[in-house]
Amino acid sequence: MTGPTLSRRRFGQAIGALTVAFTLTPPSWAEGAKLPGSLDKNRMLDGWLRINADGTVTVFTGKVELGQGIITALEQIVADELDVAPTRITMVSGDTAQTPDEGFTSGSQSIEYGGTALRYACAEARQRLLDAAGKRVGMPHGNYGVSLQDGTISGFPNGKSVTYWELSGDASLHREASAGFAPKPPQALRIIGTSKPRLDIPRKVTGGVAYIQDVRLPGMLFGRIVRPPNYAAQLVSLDETKIKQMPGVAAVVRDGRFLGVVAEREEQAIAARDALRDAARWSNEESLPPVENIYQYLKGLPEEVHVVSEKGAGAPPAAHVVHDATYTRPYTAHASIGPSCAVAQMKDGALTVWTHSQGVFPLRRDLAKALVLDQSRIRCIHKEGSGCYGHNGADDVALDAALLARAVGDRPVKVQWMRGDEFGWEPFGPAMTISLHAALDDRGMITDWTYDLWSNTHSTRPGQRDGVNLLAAWHLAQPKSPGKPQIIPQPAGGGDRNAVPLYDFPRQRVTNHFIPAMPLRVSALRALGGYANVFAAESFMDELAALAQVDPVEFRLRNLNDERAFAVIKTAAKHAGWQPNLPGRTGRGRGVGFAKYKNLSAYMAVVAEVQVDRSSGAVLVTKATAAIDAGQVINPNGLINQTEGGIIQATSWTLKEHVGFDRGGIVSRDWQSYPILTFPEVPHIEVVVLDRPTEKSLGAGEAAQGPMAAAIANAVAHATGARLRDLPLSPERIKAAAFG
Amino acid sequence: MADAIELTVNGTRHRVHAQEDTPLLYVLRNDLELNGAKFGCGLGQCGACTVIIDGEAVRSCSFPVALAAGKQITTIEGLGTIDKPHPVQKAFIDEQAAQCGYCINGMIMTATALLQRNPQAGDSEVRQALAGNLCRCGTHSRILRAIARAGKEMTQ
Repeated sequence: MTGPTLSRRRFGQAIGALTVAFTLTPPSWAEGAKLPGSLDKNRMLDGWLRINADGTVTVFTGKVELGQGIITALEQIVADELDVAPTRITMVSGDTAQTPDEGFTSGSQSIEYGGTALRYACAEARQRLLDAAGKRVGMPHGNYGVSLQDGTISGFPNGKSVTYWELSGDASLHREASAGFAPKPPQALRIIGTSKPRLDIPRKVTGGVAYIQDVRLPGMLFGRIVRPPNYAAQLVSLDETKIKQMPGVAAVVRDGRFLGVVAEREEQAIAARDALRDAARWSNEESLPPVENIYQYLKGLPEEVHVVSEKGAGAPPAAHVVHDATYTRPYTAHASIGPSCAVAQMKDGALTVWTHSQGVFPLRRDLAKALVLDQSRIRCIHKEGSGCYGHNGADDVALDAALLARAVGDRPVKVQWMRGDEFGWEPFGPAMTISLHAALDDRGMITDWTYDLWSNTHSTRPGQRDGVNLLAAWHLAQPKSPGKPQIIPQPAGGGDRNAVPLYDFPRQRVTNHFIPAMPLRVSALRALGGYANVFAAESFMDELAALAQVDPVEFRLRNLNDERAFAVIKTAAKHAGWQPNLPGRTGRGRGVGFAKYKNLSAYMAVVAEVQVDRSSGAVLVTKATAAIDAGQVINPNGLINQTEGGIIQATSWTLKEHVGFDRGGIVSRDWQSYPILTFPEVPHIEVVVLDRPTEKSLGAGEAAQGPMAAAIANAVAHATGARLRDLPLSPERIKAAAFG
Repeated sequence: MADAIELTVNGTRHRVHAQEDTPLLYVLRNDLELNGAKFGCGLGQCGACTVIIDGEAVRSCSFPVALAAGKQITTIEGLGTIDKPHPVQKAFIDEQAAQCGYCINGMIMTATALLQRNPQAGDSEVRQALAGNLCRCGTHSRILRAIARAGKEMTQ
């Protein structure tokens, strides 16, 4: 490193101004070392940001907006680290032609990885700009202070000042990041940590252009897809002659058992799709497993056994009490409100796809394989869709649109799935079985913990090395195979996410029985296995607490050895007005649930209060009181919004949801056959944020799912005396268990 | 060619060419290029497509365009703009009452129809009025707060 580099010395309290000192400080990051967050794989500084002569900053992020507020939070990071007003910043997100490849926007990792990368990139860019400023004003060396405010560097000892915008040609950011310049310490931050309103909300509440569905291109056509009645059905016969003659129809596409229509108008495409569906004759397949004992069926399939945690050797200690229980979680749908949608255009042999995929780069890799087209000929551009909560139909519909666009010359085609397409063909959150065994000593302490779980993979996303993970690719006349099902390794885990207890047990054994065969299509649903594992483990903790005759909150604290875990549990209990050893079986109850998401991310505890109707068995969750610790918080309101959403969505999963199917196919095809929580059923919610500005930011978007499920089950047990171990906690099950 | 149908949308008259049984939603979105009403289910089950016709919240995905002729159709674009939002829109911004926001059109339009009838609607009345509007992100508690805030604003 040559020339002056700059370190910051804070003084004065000038609002929005920052004083820096010019000194010679070598970068702290060793050469060739792994760089922080997503910077490691995307090392060029100008791949992350550009300073423009017109007084603006363009920021490139591979992370995308899914309704979680990430673009607002990333903009806050840039504004703070660069010392520019947020209004100067334009965010470019998820575009294979422009942005870094940050893989998927998933797993509550965007702040940790994407945000960290931008913090370091901006801190470094800022220093490069200050360096260039020193040279520009003729003072490249020395130790002196300047002031930096909204891109203007002033107060040089010679009285000069200079702006970022004047320096845009001098301070070349076309260089590899060193990450040698530390982001600002918490006390220097002004925008990070504030509840800056979301950038996208005003246009979303006024009918502005906001979604992939709002993309309109000149000459655009509308497409719809017809799928087989189930995964295995083969096309026996189809006469498409009449469909081609329907009003507005531009093309009927038939490639193997992939069927689609393209029309001038959307309603014409839908009419043609209905006619195509009615005209197609399919083989009668009964390929799905029996729904009535699906868990036994899955456990009977070949499995790979992985012991993912083991502690304590020799024979188990003498037990005062032993306890066993088995829990299940059904197939669960993402059930996005807006069906998946994409726009594709084939022009001069190159394909452009506008998509709400969570990963435009992995999608491009699979599109290239499916279409036998070089990746360099494909551009994927992210546009927001309806919330996805994981891997829904977003990627699949991108291939559908590309296949239809290929059939109509260079006119763009917009494809949106119908409601039944989404429910019938999305990859569900996998069904799971979890068996637990534990021993308590005579002091009520857990001395042995054995945990076995059975699950499919929790990710069949595109971009895998082998295979093509896009639905239509499997249906073509020359079909592609899906990738081999893969385990997501610990410590994050997939099916075994949060299966390793955070509690401090002297002896434990956690086994993941991984089932490769997938009788129903499955993939990532918010929190992956963390939802069912926390439901099971935290339900079981309450069962053990009852056997030990210890209050459930106290029982958790006794078995934990983590201050931040203590803090969220105690805070949630305090704000909920938790009274120890409150008598149960009154029809009203309360329960607690806790987890540190992935054992790596945010700490979250929640107390649920319920009311159980004796005649129907229906549960109403009246209140949820939560505490969350996500380390340094970028946007508190955004964190609360995500946590409230997680609590409500988990309430819906826990009380109501399971995918219906029979031997012939998926029968949950609309909102009547797949009901979700409605307004009269939504609890009052209080979320307390434990901000820890000196700790690193922890992923939080999925932290609520598991704890809320367990809190409800524990509250139902408290209210009724009945322990429900099979999700969902439906009125029928509760009535049979509690009042039957 | 389909017959011309005259529609009055947000106070402006339009002539559109569509089959009479075409759901109003597609005419609004594709012919008039209004983004507010969304396709969610096409079955009248989720409410994402809600518009107000002669004061009533209506599911435009299953409302034939011909039946809307001669009526006053209001979409979310007709309530207000980013610079001059309607009290309900403003309350949704103030409460940050959206996550993905795809359902929010339906929430705002249904709530507006309710508050225009009764700005003092209480929590349980609001919940009942929105019982057929689905939100998957779990923004419900913020939506309820926003509607309560808008109700106060509209009462004054």
